[in-house]
Amino acid sequence: MSERKLRILVGKPGLDGHDRGAKIIARAFRDAGFEVIYTGLHQTPDQIVSAAIQEDVDCIGLSILSGAHNTLLPRVCQLLKEKKAEDIILFCGGVIPEDDIPGLKAAGIKEVFTPGASTDQIVTWVKNNIIPR
Amino acid sequence: MALAERILDGDIRAAARLMRNIDDNLPSSRGELQELYSHTGRAFLIGVTGPPGAGKSTLVDQITAAYRKQGKRVGVVAIDPTSPFTGGAILGDRIRMNRHAEDEGVFIRSLATRGHMGGLSRSTADVANVMDAMGMDVVIIETVGVGQDEVDIVRLAHTTLVVMVPGMGDDIQAIKAGILEIGDLFVVNKADRDGADKTARELNLMLEMNRYAPGAWRPPVLRTEAQRNVGVEELVGKMDEHHRWLLESGEINQLLQEKNTSLFQTLLKERLFAEVYGGVARSGKLSEILEGMLSREQDPYSAVEQILAERLSP
Repeated sequence: MSERKLRILVGKPGLDGHDRGAKIIARAFRDAGFEVIYTGLHQTPDQIVSAAIQEDVDCIGLSILSGAHNTLLPRVCQLLKEKKAEDIILFCGGVIPEDDIPGLKAAGIKEVFTPGASTDQIVTWVKNNIIPR
Repeated sequence: MALAERILDGDIRAAARLMRNIDDNLPSSRGELQELYSHTGRAFLIGVTGPPGAGKSTLVDQITAAYRKQGKRVGVVAIDPTSPFTGGAILGDRIRMNRHAEDEGVFIRSLATRGHMGGLSRSTADVANVMDAMGMDVVIIETVGVGQDEVDIVRLAHTTLVVMVPGMGDDIQAIKAGILEIGDLFVVNKADRDGADKTARELNLMLEMNRYAPGAWRPPVLRTEAQRNVGVEELVGKMDEHHRWLLESGEINQLLQEKNTSLFQTLLKERLFAEVYGGVARSGKLSEILEGMLSREQDPYSAVEQILAERLSP
């Protein structure tokens, strides 16, 4: 009677204060049957990684609208590596210019969702790409 | 290396992993818990319960900070509800506790109820045990926001805190059975709001109606404003006082007896049910019984008796 439940951390790194998108996504993940650890606004990369490790999540979904994605997101990847937790997959969504996406992916961000992506699309991506460990 | 060994070695990831295995009910987790059991029993377990929105998480955050100031290591188990429709959950208690995320002396774990009643998840006691084995001095367990009858926490914690807020209904609420009977301490949080006096008065009145044997603990009613950290020092002082009283009066023995009985019963129930029900389902007998019940040719009462006779008689 045991079954792995997908656990996912949703949070917002850095200084932007718009969490509606993150809340909508968290709700969509809940409705998809995942356990969502919602850490809210203004998280530092250290806080995010530490929470992800304590909660033993399969993946981290970060919403970022501030423009600081090229700094903050690779930092999260780097910290995951330092803490030997690179098995936790990182993906993100937000206003991210097309030109920045290859760089982010090279830094270890598995997927980048930009404005226009539907919640269904994101949930489907998680279902197809994240296997609960 | 097995998880238990790594946990005793201070490996955070191993601890987080075992908690997940416990929550997902993996058979391997039982062996690990067996290994850890002799390393538990040292932590002071605090239960925090109360209605949704009473400020439990904020209070837990402040209590955590207060114990950290004393140099104690703190574990937090925070429980939120699972959707009965989708099986998903949003676990949001960490939002109020983020400032401790980078503190290595604090470990916070969010759990979903996963259909379990009583205010806790099935896994809560075992997850608290893992934190105990990790060497946490204090483990704070925050229940889901409860209504009236979710009182499992009292069989797990040493000291139970019932958090109320002003304006939660008339005085008859205060004499009903349920969560208001289980508090070792009562907290009127958001005490700057209108009606705080009235709520505190009603709680006191209710407590005065109880009979106390000489030397018994009389639950105090305290006021806090968790958000502004008002009254928290005093609250922590009272919790420690209750803990000392448990130890000095010998009440701790009674409490542990009840706690261990409840733990053992739960475990036995769970394993027996899984074993017996699994057998019945696998053998095809279950569908037979269900069919029989549908046509009313088989009653469930004698079906159960028959299964018990078959499985349990020597």
